[in-house]
Amino acid sequence: MLRTWRQRVTLIDLMVWAIGVAIAVVVVVGTIKTLQSGKYEPGVWLDLTFKGLALGGVYALIAMGYTLVYGILKMINFAHSEVFMSGPFTAVFLAISFSKSGFMDANPVVGMALVTILSAAVSAGVAVLVERVAYRPLRNAPRLVPLITAIGASFFLQYAFRGLYGSGFKAYPTLRALQGSINFLGIQIFNTQLVVILGAFVMMVVLYAVVQRTKVGKAMRAVSEDKEAAALMGIDVDRVIVFTFALGGASAGIAGILYILIFPIAWFYMGFIPALKAFTAAVLGGIGNVAGAFLGAMVLGLLESVGPNLFLDGLGVPTPSQLKDAIAFVILVFILIFRPSGILGEAVTDKA
Amino acid sequence: MQKLPSIWITAIRNGLLAGTVSLLICLFGMVMQFEQRYIISGVVTMGQILYMAPVFFLGYMLARRLNLAPLKALAVGAVTGFFSGIILAAFIGLGQLLNLRSVLVQASPELYALLTFNLDLIPGVLAMLGFLALIGALGAALFLVPPHIRGALIGALIWTVMAGLLRDLISTVMQTWGPVAPLISWMFARSGLTLIGAAFVFLLSGALGFVHLKLPVWVVRVVWLLIALVVLLLPRILGVFLSDVLDTVGLFILMGLGLNIVVGFAGLLDLGYVAFFAIGAYTMGVLTSPELHGTLTYWEALPIALLVCVLSGFVLGLPVLKMRGDYLAIVTLGFGEIVRLLVLSDWLEPWLGGTQGIQHIAYPVIGNIQFGSQQMLYYVIIAFILVAIFIASRLKDSHLGRTWMALREDEDVAKAMGINHVTTKLLAFATGAFFAGLGGTLFAAKLSSAYPQSFQFLVSINVLSLIIIGGMGSIPGVVVGGLALVGLPELLREFAEYRYLVYGAVLVAMMLAKPEGLIPEARRELELHEAEVEAVTEPEPEAQAGGGS
Repeated sequence: MLRTWRQRVTLIDLMVWAIGVAIAVVVVVGTIKTLQSGKYEPGVWLDLTFKGLALGGVYALIAMGYTLVYGILKMINFAHSEVFMSGPFTAVFLAISFSKSGFMDANPVVGMALVTILSAAVSAGVAVLVERVAYRPLRNAPRLVPLITAIGASFFLQYAFRGLYGSGFKAYPTLRALQGSINFLGIQIFNTQLVVILGAFVMMVVLYAVVQRTKVGKAMRAVSEDKEAAALMGIDVDRVIVFTFALGGASAGIAGILYILIFPIAWFYMGFIPALKAFTAAVLGGIGNVAGAFLGAMVLGLLESVGPNLFLDGLGVPTPSQLKDAIAFVILVFILIFRPSGILGEAVTDKA
Repeated sequence: MQKLPSIWITAIRNGLLAGTVSLLICLFGMVMQFEQRYIISGVVTMGQILYMAPVFFLGYMLARRLNLAPLKALAVGAVTGFFSGIILAAFIGLGQLLNLRSVLVQASPELYALLTFNLDLIPGVLAMLGFLALIGALGAALFLVPPHIRGALIGALIWTVMAGLLRDLISTVMQTWGPVAPLISWMFARSGLTLIGAAFVFLLSGALGFVHLKLPVWVVRVVWLLIALVVLLLPRILGVFLSDVLDTVGLFILMGLGLNIVVGFAGLLDLGYVAFFAIGAYTMGVLTSPELHGTLTYWEALPIALLVCVLSGFVLGLPVLKMRGDYLAIVTLGFGEIVRLLVLSDWLEPWLGGTQGIQHIAYPVIGNIQFGSQQMLYYVIIAFILVAIFIASRLKDSHLGRTWMALREDEDVAKAMGINHVTTKLLAFATGAFFAGLGGTLFAAKLSSAYPQSFQFLVSINVLSLIIIGGMGSIPGVVVGGLALVGLPELLREFAEYRYLVYGAVLVAMMLAKPEGLIPEARRELELHEAEVEAVTEPEPEAQAGGGS
């Protein structure tokens, strides 16, 4: 470390910085121009903000699965997108049959609770199954190997759902109890958005409490710190890992229920993009960190929903919302260049 | 020593597993989809083979694992088969009580009828149970055959099924050669093989497998020469439609050779490989399509397109260099999506055509020869594949190639040895991007157009699957993987629906059973089985600690 900055900064670093600065310039110039043009009313921005918060809540719950598993196994559960997808898929079938029989309208709370619990259980089951079949036998294999099985498992599950339930879109029935909107200090908020934001927040508190306050949470943290030492202390490592997958899966399942309230359609490919964004959120917040996942997801949700109009509209980009996914991925690359540990995380570079 | 569960319990458990797999195969719709495709005309369809296969396989595996006396092995196989039948019977029973179809789209009356041999419910279910018990016992019986015959037998079974599946292809080829043309009607029915044809294929392939011909060197050379000649004449033999398939396979092999360098040699899992494919195709489109005021010819545009691809390989490589394998995978995936979204966007529509894509892209022309048709383009693709194989195999043993492998095996050690990981990784990305871009330009020339829909994430998965199944780092593996994973689904249209389902299952199964691939590369095999070698030489003291089963 005795080298001067001139020796330490390489050409590569300069190029990386150039990319970063270019992105920053686009953001700043775009924002100023958009705001100057005055094309959007303040109300539009508020709408987008709530949309972003709702999305952020969903991402946060999916990101929990990535973060918990990463914390313990130091691997990215690539099949998590399908764990997420299996939740809403179950929910659609349940909700349709409940609505048909009139059960849902008669007691909406019980109906919703049943749908949520069962869907979360299915998601948790899928997550545990994937762990058992695809990851556990390969726990000591070279890094690339479980990653490839994860991709394989992800595709298998996607097309298994397609095979079993058909390739078409399945519409989620509208719930009468959740229609309409409320007026809060002159701001219009849709009920669904409110439910999603609150639901996500409550779930996050519960998850945080499980990890920080319960015995099994303590075991999880111990295993993530040092597997061998945890095993010596009498912790059943396999069971903790299964519990972690189940917890992350259930959380993804609930995220799925909330997601389907915003976008009321289920199909076999629906998990791919939200899960990719949730991963981005987990990295943004600092992977392995529960609070970080929540923070990262909220930031990402807001950027994705407000960003296209705010950054790109002023630059004369037509229909900027087409590029909202691209923005999310650019953010991912951007963080990984400048702060790979994320907002709240510890360093995660190079260590094997 | 823990008390082992009784063999019967094991058999029942295996039977239930086999039954569940069969049931899933039925419910995925594969059985009904392949119901019309006879392997042996009037006797057995591919659909039936698909639902019997798990039972047969597990019967065999169980007999192999328990290593029992003949009669006991047969009984265990039969029990396995019977209990797999119980699962299917339970499903059929449930299907009579409830309308499963409202949820499971494939649970049709036709499926029930197929499973119960078109009999009434009770006799049908009983027949199915008996039949599956027989299949399980047959699987076990296969184990009882002496090993050298067993190998030939398994080979013969596989070849017969393949011959039945590829009926159209084989008969088209036979048609072109006078002396064998009359044999077609003798060997093949309208769908699948005739009984005589099946027996012929079975005996022929079985005999070849049994004899294990040890050919003199000159015969092998002549055979290779013949293969080369056939490869050159293939488009003439196969006609327009099959040449199209051939071109697609060729393009994927070309891309596989490139990704093999990134993933196989350097160990960098790149899931956004399709991005370079798209960049190649689109650059070619922008430069040559008159719609977008491109005026260049294919050959003039090619170096520019490749340069753009290599540069974008560098740009992608830069931010991801410091990342570990799994991060890299997701970031490259994101990059692939960014490229697709940009191409699709209204923003870039004036330059890239938006959702409409680009039409009238130039194809290669040399002198007076136009390589526009599928049959002619094939030769350009073959030429580029040969170049790619040459480059890849030379790179593999070069200094750069060995540096890649050192980084793949242990990055920290490699860096300590003075390897510059930045330039090395960047070069891997750039080389991979080069081949993908080449594939992209040819793809654009093949369709004479480029649409955003062609550049889905699934393309990356396709290429990745073929190199993993062929054997990471192995060049012949890429060719075999391409033929099997791209060629087969293109030929069997019914299969297209289940392509990614099967890929996913095969990827997982491959990693669990044979992570080095079908045609392993020597170094890689060593690396993946390192732990076993060590375990044999010295028992690991902390083997328990990891909590592995």
